[in-house]
Amino acid sequence: MMVDKTLLRVVAKLLIPLILLFALYVQFHGDFGPGGGFQAGVIFAVAFILYALIFGVRMARRVIPAAVSRSLLALGVLIYGGTGVVALLQGGEFLDYGVLGATRMSGQHLGIYVIEFGVGLTVASAMITIFYTFAGHESATVPFRKGNRNADGR
Amino acid sequence: MILIALLLFMAVTAFWLVWLRDLFAVVMLSGIYSLFAAALYVVMDAVDVAFTEAAVGAGISTVFMLGTLSLTTTREKGRKKPSALALVLVFVTGGVLIYGTFDMPRYGDANAPINLNVANRYIEKSAGEVGPPNIVTSVLASYRGFDTLGETAVVFTAAIGVLIIIGRSKPAPRNSETLSQPAAFRRRRDDPPAQEPDGSGDPTP
Repeated sequence: MMVDKTLLRVVAKLLIPLILLFALYVQFHGDFGPGGGFQAGVIFAVAFILYALIFGVRMARRVIPAAVSRSLLALGVLIYGGTGVVALLQGGEFLDYGVLGATRMSGQHLGIYVIEFGVGLTVASAMITIFYTFAGHESATVPFRKGNRNADGR
Repeated sequence: MILIALLLFMAVTAFWLVWLRDLFAVVMLSGIYSLFAAALYVVMDAVDVAFTEAAVGAGISTVFMLGTLSLTTTREKGRKKPSALALVLVFVTGGVLIYGTFDMPRYGDANAPINLNVANRYIEKSAGEVGPPNIVTSVLASYRGFDTLGETAVVFTAAIGVLIIIGRSKPAPRNSETLSQPAAFRRRRDDPPAQEPDGSGDPTP
């Protein structure tokens, strides 16, 4: 376990909050600078993957259980599509955010915020889900393969 | 000048990638390749694309490739003999692709098709119609909202596909070491060298 390595542990503990903060900045500052939901989602997931690499997948699962990341995966797409449906119900066209707010501009602003959040949620939980699946698979269902045995058998 | 240097680096990396047989090094090099691509996009003023390339191409896909290596093997299987037909096919395809680029407009040409259609409208009107100062965000999230919905669905589908093919990840048993640290991430210095002839380093009884 890499958790024994003091340097890695300390540096990871320093970095992870900063990475999460940067992800939030990229998420909510996407309309002003480069970035948006997609990049933010990936960066957010990277913080958790770094945590899982240093402290083990078992600890990471206690922070975000696999069931939660699977549900958030669907929730993100639902938020995006739901925004379109709400726009329909407000009398606009599908994904026409203009009708969501008091003025067209405020509606656009709100709509972009919400759908970017949906994108970020889906991307982050997709990355975390895929990582959990890859990392949790190894000895759980498949016996040792050649490569693995070479890597740790000597 | 920087563009040419970066493209040169990318070409060198690509050839090196083809040459290497140690898949661990291949994964690392493809991350480096993505990083060069990201730098290229920054030079061409496409910061949003560069951002994505750096985060996805150089960052997370490298991690996933390492994860895949931990599930399979870190060494390429023995190569088949190169066939003349394949070589001819590759050269013909490459030639056609290069021939195709001769018709492309010069980089930054004001009369290029891409600069004549909707791009101008986005630049002139997006501040009044959508709002955000970052036009890329307006285009992605509002003008092309359907496309982005589709992209989100693609990411969703990718994760669902992995879940279906590899299966749901199981909660780790208490005492399992392997579960908490995938093999590729545990790679040690005393790994067998990649140049070994296939099979000789295989400790299978």
